Amino acid sequence: MSKTFSIGGIHPKDNKISVKAAIENFPVMETAYISMSQHLGAPAEPIVAKGDKVKTGQLIAKANGFISANIHSSVSGTVSAIELMPDLAGNLVQHVVVKVEGDEWDEKIDRSPEIVREIKLSPSEIIAKIADCGIVGLGGAAFPTHIKLSPPPGKKAEFLVMNGAECEPYLTSDYRIMLENPEEILIGTRIMMIALGVKKAYVGIEDNKPKAIKAMKELCSKSYRDIKIVSLQKKYPQGGEKQLIDAILGRQVPSMGLPIDTGVVVQNVGTALAVYEAVQKNKPLFEGVVTVTGKCMTEQRNFRMRVGTTFESMLFAVGGFPKDAEKLVSGGPMMGKAVARIEAASVKSTSALLLLTEEETKRKPEGNCIRCAKCVDACPMGLEPFLLNRLSRAGRIDDLEANLVQDCIECGSCLYVCPANIPLLDTIRLSKASVLKIMRSRPKK
Amino acid sequence: MTTTIIFTIASLSLLGLVLALILYFTAQKFKVVEDPRIDDVETILPGANCGGCGFAGCRAFAEGCVKADSLDGLFCPVGGNDTMKKVAGYLGVTVADKAPQVAVVRCNGNCDSRPKSSNYDGYTSCAVMANLYSGDTDCRYGCLGQGDCEISCDFDAIKMNPRTGLPEVDEEKCTACGACVKACPKFIIELRNKGPKGKRIFVSCINKDKGGVAKKACAVACIGCTKCQKVCAYDAITISSNLAYIDYNKCKLCRKCVVECPTNAIWEVNFPVRVPKRETADVEQQ
Repeated sequence: MSKTFSIGGIHPKDNKISVKAAIENFPVMETAYISMSQHLGAPAEPIVAKGDKVKTGQLIAKANGFISANIHSSVSGTVSAIELMPDLAGNLVQHVVVKVEGDEWDEKIDRSPEIVREIKLSPSEIIAKIADCGIVGLGGAAFPTHIKLSPPPGKKAEFLVMNGAECEPYLTSDYRIMLENPEEILIGTRIMMIALGVKKAYVGIEDNKPKAIKAMKELCSKSYRDIKIVSLQKKYPQGGEKQLIDAILGRQVPSMGLPIDTGVVVQNVGTALAVYEAVQKNKPLFEGVVTVTGKCMTEQRNFRMRVGTTFESMLFAVGGFPKDAEKLVSGGPMMGKAVARIEAASVKSTSALLLLTEEETKRKPEGNCIRCAKCVDACPMGLEPFLLNRLSRAGRIDDLEANLVQDCIECGSCLYVCPANIPLLDTIRLSKASVLKIMRSRPKK
Repeated sequence: MTTTIIFTIASLSLLGLVLALILYFTAQKFKVVEDPRIDDVETILPGANCGGCGFAGCRAFAEGCVKADSLDGLFCPVGGNDTMKKVAGYLGVTVADKAPQVAVVRCNGNCDSRPKSSNYDGYTSCAVMANLYSGDTDCRYGCLGQGDCEISCDFDAIKMNPRTGLPEVDEEKCTACGACVKACPKFIIELRNKGPKGKRIFVSCINKDKGGVAKKACAVACIGCTKCQKVCAYDAITISSNLAYIDYNKCKLCRKCVVECPTNAIWEVNFPVRVPKRETADVEQQ
């Protein structure tokens, strides 16, 4: 029997219609728009100027502050501008615009297809290398990986948990890399195990991906015995780090706590691949696998795409904007963000471009709460969304904090199951932000 | 039978007497001495409990007035100068007149001048919408049109106009309590002096983008061209980050800037309708 997390969760139709599409290289665009804010934390500081020549993989912006990450050029060419441009939500972010000329890679990057298995570096060298190469968590939040791999003093990691659940419907980018690059992922996992000093790692994969589980298990039984593949029941949001730890190890992360409080570090399989490429092949993070999918499209594709590709050009590559498409989403349908500006460019953690039809995306009018408690059953954090919604509309900040609104992971399960179409997530997310702001402004004890 | 009745009456009376004595002495011991003037001041106040004065309600404001040495900095926006004079007269202090204020919406990008670039179909709330993205038009500063200000108003004074998609203030009803100013996540609404006979001039735009970008997003945006600043004889107009701002204390209502503005971003309110010059010339010729 496959494992799963203990409370809540929903079963949306998985709609993984792009599973069969092998990863293909996306043609390098004419102009790359590289955002300086591709990670959680402070934006990076550009170190190139207008008119500079850059090569693919060359450092163009340095991490600025403790939580920040380096950014490398994803193309070769001339820097034509450094300017404020809208991101997908329309907020202005500094971008380095590179006019592409050819595709000349930095000499340090090893482009040979051979798999490098031997890990030569020490833990501190590995973390320095990961920080240099600007690796960020590719599970969605884009938290700089080198910080996650250096636990705060006094806390020790026991296990590394790899997230291959890919519980979001439609997405297949993680599945494709597990199928096509399983050994690289396992080497990347082992590199992170060395960096953390842990002896055991688990890779959680949902059982709707039997081929990936089989491929990974075969390799593990041969030469990676310290890494265990765990088959998980299909349930959303299994990929949330707290849910994944619960599913695999049965440990509960405390309220407002981090996985490290239970002795666990969680990383995405995509991050493992990026770590492998950075440490063994010297290749910084400047490209990733992006699923371009949707029911309204004739073909489903998985692309290996450079950072800074506009959503417009992605649409162009799959034959333009389908007539019945109503909404563009970057990421999965549950937690992805709607794309309000198609001229915005992809970032390191972009995992998919999803096209939804009106039928899939249209919100029905809001009704009255009938106290069916479906949202309470669905909440994977054990919260009471109907109550939080009422408190948040009344602006009762104290009661919201007492009812742990700050623990909401914004997975949207409550909104998905609500028969009255109450915008639970919208109101809860808003009050969560104000509660967190108040909590952070308090003096620390 | 009779003894039972007498015994019952006697014991209950005794019990009542003892409890009454306990209550009396407790009340004497823990008596809260409150200034009786607080009650009187509260009756003078309008009793709207809107919080516009900065206190929790009218009672708290009355307490604040009684305790304070002078009424400087204390003002009831709903009652206005009349109420404050009554309070001052009752308390035996003086109070300076404050110019009456009104809420002003600093965005005039209606559906025609500011075309939509995306469709928002989420929860009808400006706060939620502002949390998600920059807005359904290309202007990142403009009104989101979901009506948080209308909901926040206790006096029914601000209403969304479905034709323009913008809120409109009813200046007769507006008490300048500032609830809508706090409710707007884009900080569009400002409290400004009502001006003599309600006449006032203001820049109805808060777009801080460069001229070209602002103009592209909205036909009536302030583009920071400094024409109004140059024409103003009273130094009332300042321009910072591509946006003009008119200081209502310095403005003499000459209306030169209104004519000068190339995008019609400067608004005049409650002035007599201006007859365009060329038309008058035509009339004279005839």
